[in-house]
Amino acid sequence: MVKRRLCCLLGVCILLFFVTACYGNDETGGMDGKVLYISSSSDIPTMDPILAEDNVSLQYADTIYEGLYRLAPEGKIVSGIAKKGETEISDDGKTYTFHLREDAEWENGDPVTADDFVYGWQRAINPENGSFYANYLMSGKIKNAAKIYEGELAPEKLGVSAPDEHTFIVELEKPVPYFDSYAAFPTFLPANKEFIEDQGEDYALEPDHILSNGPFKMTTWKAEDTWELIRNETYWDAKNVSLDGISVKVIKDANTRLSNYEVGKLDRVPLSGLQVRDNQTNPEFQSIFETSVFWMKFNQESEKIGEYIQNVNFRKALAKAFNKQAYIDVVYGNDSNPVNFFVPENFVEHPETGEDFQTGSDVLEYDVEAAQAFWKTAKKELEFEEMTLSFLSGDSEEAKDISEFMKTELESNLEGLTIDTMNVPWGQQLEIMRKQDYELAVSGWGPDYKDPISFIDLWVTDGENNDIGYSNKEYDRLVQAAKGELAMKPVERFEAMQQAEKILLEEAGIAPIMQRKTSVLSKDYVKEMNKLNPFGNDYSFKYVDIQKNEKVLN
Amino acid sequence: MAKYIIQRLIYMVITLYIIATITFFLMQLLPGSPFNNLGGKMSEAQEEILLQKYGLDEPVPVQYFQYMAAMLQGDLGISFQYDNRAVTDIILERIGPSATLGAQALIVGSLLGVALGMIAAIRHNLWADYISNIAAVIGISIPSFIFAGVLQFYFAVKWRIFPPSFWEGPIYSVLPTISLMIFPLAICARFMRTEMLEVLGSDYIELARAKGVSNGSILFKHALRNALIPVITVLGPMTVSLMTGTLVIEQIFAIPGIGEQFVRSISTNDYPVIMGTTMLFSVLFIVVILIVDILYGVIDPRIRLTGGED
Repeated sequence: MVKRRLCCLLGVCILLFFVTACYGNDETGGMDGKVLYISSSSDIPTMDPILAEDNVSLQYADTIYEGLYRLAPEGKIVSGIAKKGETEISDDGKTYTFHLREDAEWENGDPVTADDFVYGWQRAINPENGSFYANYLMSGKIKNAAKIYEGELAPEKLGVSAPDEHTFIVELEKPVPYFDSYAAFPTFLPANKEFIEDQGEDYALEPDHILSNGPFKMTTWKAEDTWELIRNETYWDAKNVSLDGISVKVIKDANTRLSNYEVGKLDRVPLSGLQVRDNQTNPEFQSIFETSVFWMKFNQESEKIGEYIQNVNFRKALAKAFNKQAYIDVVYGNDSNPVNFFVPENFVEHPETGEDFQTGSDVLEYDVEAAQAFWKTAKKELEFEEMTLSFLSGDSEEAKDISEFMKTELESNLEGLTIDTMNVPWGQQLEIMRKQDYELAVSGWGPDYKDPISFIDLWVTDGENNDIGYSNKEYDRLVQAAKGELAMKPVERFEAMQQAEKILLEEAGIAPIMQRKTSVLSKDYVKEMNKLNPFGNDYSFKYVDIQKNEKVLN
Repeated sequence: MAKYIIQRLIYMVITLYIIATITFFLMQLLPGSPFNNLGGKMSEAQEEILLQKYGLDEPVPVQYFQYMAAMLQGDLGISFQYDNRAVTDIILERIGPSATLGAQALIVGSLLGVALGMIAAIRHNLWADYISNIAAVIGISIPSFIFAGVLQFYFAVKWRIFPPSFWEGPIYSVLPTISLMIFPLAICARFMRTEMLEVLGSDYIELARAKGVSNGSILFKHALRNALIPVITVLGPMTVSLMTGTLVIEQIFAIPGIGEQFVRSISTNDYPVIMGTTMLFSVLFIVVILIVDILYGVIDPRIRLTGGED
C-alpha cells in the first residue's frame, strides 16, 4: 500500500514538473519606447526573402531588409541602398546602372556592396533554390534568367554585374517600364554571401541566423506564436525610422483579435464579416481601398457548354444579371466598391495628365432588363430553352455565401437557367481552374508591380493565367505592343492598355464584381498606416509612427 | 506482467507500421498539391522543379520506401509550408502548450467530475443530484468553443480578470483550461454517478454496511474503486484528444499548439507534417491504451491482463 502511494506521489510530481515547464516562458516583452502591437493571421512561412511568396513573408522581408529601392506610403518608390536620382537608364531602356550609397551596412558591420546584389539575384534565380517569385518576375525580362531557371545556363550568366563596389548594372532582354517596382520588391534583395554560406541549412530559420540590412532587425521569433522586431541602429537611415519596435502576435480567430484590441493589447486589427457592420460607427473604424479586383469567370473552353459560353450575348446576359452591391452586402458587409472594370481604380495614373487609368465603363453594369434581352437573343441564336451551368467555389463560409448568392440572383433573373453550385477546398478549386474543368467561377487578382499590364496580360491568348479561354486578336496585338514596341512610349502604351481593357469588357470576357476594401480598427496614435500600398507589401513600417499625447510635466 | 507488456509492445510496433503505411497512401488521394496555394501565379514548369526538390516526382512506392527508411532513423522530413523547417522541430515546439493545457484540463476536469458524480450518487434524487445532472448535461451538449467565447468575453474583455489570449505564463492558461475541462468533467460526472449508484446498491456494499464499516470507508475504499473502471475506460482516449490539442480552443485563445498545425497541414497538403503528426497521435493513443489496460489491473485485480490463455 505504501509503495503504491509513493508511486502515485511520484506520478503527480512528474506531471506537475511537466506542466509548469511547458508554459511559454517570458523571453518576450522586453521592448520599450514606441512599440507597435499588431497581429498576423499566420506565422511567417520563411524569412529567406527569395523563398517568400505570401503576404506575411514578403511584408517582413521588406521590413528587415533593404533592396535598391523601397516602397514608401501610397506606393511611392524611393531610394533604398541605391540612390534613385542617380540611376542611369540606357536609351533603349535595356540597361540600368544603379549607384549604391556608401554608408549602407549589414547588421554585422559589413558594407552592403554591389557584389551582394549580384550574389542575391543569382541566388534567387538559381533553380536549386526553388524561388517561385524569381522565375515569375525575372524570366523573360532580365538577361538569361529564363535559361538559368531551366538549367541551361549557370546562375553566373545572369545579366547583372558589379564593375565596382558601389555600381550595380542590370541588363534586360527588353525594356521593362515598371522596373522601378522590381527594384523595390523583396525578391531583388542583396545577400551577404559569407554569412549565408556560413549558416548553411540553418540560414533564416531563427533570428540569430538572419542578417538584416533594413530599418528593423528580428529579435524573437516563436513559431505560430509571436515575433518581435526592433529598430536596426546600423541601418543607414536609422534616424528616420520612428518606431522603436514592432511586436506581432499570431492570432487566427477574428473575435480573439478584436478582444485583444478592446483590452488594449493590440494597436490595430483587421475586421471581418459581422465585425465590420458592428463597428462601423466606432471612431477608430477605417475602411481602406485595396487594389484587388474580383470577377466572375466564364470558361469558353468548357467541354460541355463551351460553345454556348463563346456566344457574346450569353456572357453579357450573365454578366449583367446579378446585383453587385447586394453581392458585397451579403458576402462582405463592408463598403467595397461594385465595379464594371478589371484594372483597379487608384492604382495607376496617365503618365502625362495624371488621370486615373479607370475612366469609368458601364457596359457591364448591373441591369436586369438588358440582361434579359441579351439572354433572349442568346436563346434564339443558340437554340435552347433550358440551361444548366455549374458554379465553382471554395468551401469557406464566404465562398458558400458567394455561390448561394450567385445561384439565387442568376436563376431568378434569367429564365430557364439552373445553377449547380460546386463547393470544394481551395487547393482543389485552383487545380480545377488550372485544368479549365469549370463553367463559372469567381476569382480575383492583386498586382505585384505598379503597371496595368499586371492585369491586362492575364487574358492574352494562351497566356499562362488565361483560364477562361478568351482570345481576341486585337486584344493580343495591343498587349504585345504594350509589352514590346511601346515600352519607351509611355502615353501610347498607357492608352493601348486602356483600349485593351475596353475590348475585353465589351465582349464580356469576364464579369467584374467589385474592388475590395479592407476594414480595420486602428488607434488614433498610429500614424502613417492608414492606407495600403497599391502593390507589393501592404505597409511600409519604416515610416509608421506612434504619437501618444503624453502629459508634459513641468 | 512483463511478458504481457513485451507482447503488447510488439503489437504496438506492428500497428504503427500499418498506420504509417495506410496514412502514407491515403495522403496521396488528397486533392491538390502542396504548391498550389499561390493564387494561381505558379507555372507548371515551376511546380515540376519544386516537386523535384522535395522528391515528389518519384513514383509513390519509391517515395514510400524512402520515407519509411528515413523515419526509422528518426528523420520525419522537412515541412513544405515552412521552408526548410524539420518536422520533428515543429512537433517538439508545438506539443508543449497543447500537452500542458490538455493535462491541466484532464486532471482538474476529471477530479471535479468524479467528485460531482459521487455527490450526485450519494444525494440521489435530492437537489444536489439534480444540479449535478443539469451541469453534466450542459457540459456534454454545449461545445467547448461556446464556453471559450463566453469566458473570453466576460472574464477578459468585460471584467479584465484574465488575459484574452496568448501563451505567456500560467495565468494565460486559466480560461482555455476551463473551456477545455468542461467536457471531461461532464462525462466523468455522468459515468461516475451511474456506476456509483449501481455499486452502492450491490450486495457486497450491503454486507459491508451490515458489518458496520464506516460510511467514508465504504465510499472511498470499496465503492469508488469499482466505480472508477468505466471512467478510466473513457478517460484513456480522451487524454489523447485533449493532450494533442483542440483546434478551436487553440485558435480562440491564440495558443501555438499542435492541434491547429495538424488540421492545417492537411488543408495545405504538407505531407511530411501530416505523417509526423499522425504518427505522434498514434503513438500517444496506443501508449495510453496500454496504460489504461495496466491500470485496470491495478484498480480491479479481478481483471487479468494475461486473460485468454487459460
